[in-house]
Amino acid sequence: MDRNVGGEVIESIAGENLISLRDLSQRAIVEILDTAEAFVEVNTRAIKKVPTLKGRVVASLFFEESTRTRLSFETAAKRLSADVLSLAVASSSVKKGESLRDTIATIDALGIDAVVMRHSASGAPEQVSRFVPHVRVINAGDGQHQHPTQGLLDVFTIRQVLAERHGTTGRESGCELFSGLKVLIVGDLRHSRVARSDVMAYTTLGATVRVCAPGTLLPVDVSQWPVEVVYDFDESLAWADVVGVLRLQKERGTGSLVPSLGEFTRTHGLTWERAQRLSPSTLITHPGPMNRGVEIDSRVADLDVALMERQVANGVPIRMSVLYLSLAGRAPERSTDE
Amino acid sequence: MAERERRHARPRGVIFVPRAQLLTEDDVERALRRMAHEVVERNSDPNALVVIGLQTGGVPIAQHLRDLLSEITGVDIEFGLLDVAFYRDDVSLHPVLESAETSINSDLTDRTVVLVDDVLYTGRTIRAALNALSDWGRPRFVQLAVLVDRGHRELPIRPDFVGKNLPTSHEEAIDAGIDGVWIGTLVAK
Repeated sequence: MDRNVGGEVIESIAGENLISLRDLSQRAIVEILDTAEAFVEVNTRAIKKVPTLKGRVVASLFFEESTRTRLSFETAAKRLSADVLSLAVASSSVKKGESLRDTIATIDALGIDAVVMRHSASGAPEQVSRFVPHVRVINAGDGQHQHPTQGLLDVFTIRQVLAERHGTTGRESGCELFSGLKVLIVGDLRHSRVARSDVMAYTTLGATVRVCAPGTLLPVDVSQWPVEVVYDFDESLAWADVVGVLRLQKERGTGSLVPSLGEFTRTHGLTWERAQRLSPSTLITHPGPMNRGVEIDSRVADLDVALMERQVANGVPIRMSVLYLSLAGRAPERSTDE
Repeated sequence: MAERERRHARPRGVIFVPRAQLLTEDDVERALRRMAHEVVERNSDPNALVVIGLQTGGVPIAQHLRDLLSEITGVDIEFGLLDVAFYRDDVSLHPVLESAETSINSDLTDRTVVLVDDVLYTGRTIRAALNALSDWGRPRFVQLAVLVDRGHRELPIRPDFVGKNLPTSHEEAIDAGIDGVWIGTLVAK
C-alpha cells in the first residue's frame, strides 16, 4: 500500500476523481478537510443550501446496499443544488444482467457530470473512470479496496475533537494535531475498505498507526502497509490515542475465519472491561453499522469519547467538500488559457 | 490588488508588484471616518444596522468601519463575515478557491445591511454576496461600502459609500487595506 507505487500523487482533487486515498498528498487531504469546515457552517444555517453546483447532475449508483453513505452523498449533492439521479439497482436492468459498462453508458447518455458509486468489486470505480473520462467519479466504497470519504470523515472528526481540546479550530491546526498521534485500528482488517482508507488518511497526515487483528483476518499484503502489526489487543490499549473499531463483515465470509463470534469478542472486541483500560481521553471511532456486543460493547458505544454520531454528522460536509472540489474545481496545471 | 483577488491569483502563480502608493494609512483612516459619517447620515436608526465584511479583503476594513460607527452612534453595531465562494458564477472558470469563515448570527429580515469590501471591480463578488444574503432573510436595505472603486463594472452594481475612486486599466492591479492603497501589476512568479 505504498503511496508511489503505480500512480501519481494528486496535490488537489480540484477537477479530479476520488478513487483512493493512496493517490492524495497531505496538501490535498488538508484542502478537503478545510473546505469541509466551511460546509459545517452551511449545515448550521436555517437554509442549508448553496447554489454552487446548480445545473450539475450527480448520479448515485449503489450496486451494494448502504444507508448512511448513500443518504449522506445525496444530501450533500442536494445542499450544493446539484440534481441527483439515483439508480435503485434492485429494480434496474442490472438485475437482467446488464454489464457495468452498459449501465454507465446508459446513464452517461442522460447527461451527467459526476458518478458517486459503490460496488462489490474492488477497482470498479477506476474502471468506470476509464469508460467515461469526461465524468468525475467519486468512489463510495469498492469491494475490499477503498472507502475514501469514510477515511476523510474519520480524520475530520478526530481533527475537530482534538482542535476543540486544544482551543483552536481545525482549519488553523492544519495537520499539526496528527503528528505523534497514536492510532490503533482493530478488527476485520482483511475485508475492510474502511481500514485501508483510514490507514492512508492517518499516515498521510502524520499519525502513527498500529493495526490489530486475529491472524486469519489480516490482509495478505499487510507487510506493505505503512503500519505496525500487533496481535495482542490488550497490550496496545494504553498506547492508543484513538481506537478505530472495524465492523466484523459477516456478509463477506468472516464466518469461516473466526472460530466463533464469542471468541472474536473475547480476543479483539472492545469490551467494557477493555474500555476501562484505555486512557480517559482516548477517542473511539466506528464506521457503522455496529454489531453491538460483537466488535464493540453496547455501553462503550454510548460513551462520550465514542464519536459515532459525530462521524455520521460529518459525513455530509465532507461529501459536500469532495463534490465541490471535484466538480467545481478545475485542475490548475491543465489551465493553459490564462 | 485586493486580498480577495490575491487568493484568485495565488493558484495561478502570480504575485502583486507595487508601482506607487496612492493612499497612506492616514488617508485610509480619514476616508473610512468620512464613510462612517455618511452611513450614519443616511440611516437614522443605528440599531437596524448590520455591517458585513466580505472575505477576506473586506474583513479588516469592515471591522474598522463598524468600530467607527459604534463610536459615532454610541450603539454596539452588529457585525458579520461572509464568504461568497459557494455563490460565485465563475466556479469552474478558475481553479477552486479556498473558502473562508462565514458568520452571520442574526436574521437579516428588516435590517439595513452595509456590505463592505476592499475593492469594487467587476461587481461579480457583490452579485454573489446579494444572492447569499437572501439565505439569512429579507433585509430592508442593502448598501455597499468600498474602500476603492476601480471601475470596469460587468454588472449593474454601484457603491453607496466610496473611500476613493481610482480609474484603472485592466492590466493594472490594486492592493487596498487598512495600511494603505497601492497600484501595481500582476507578474508571473
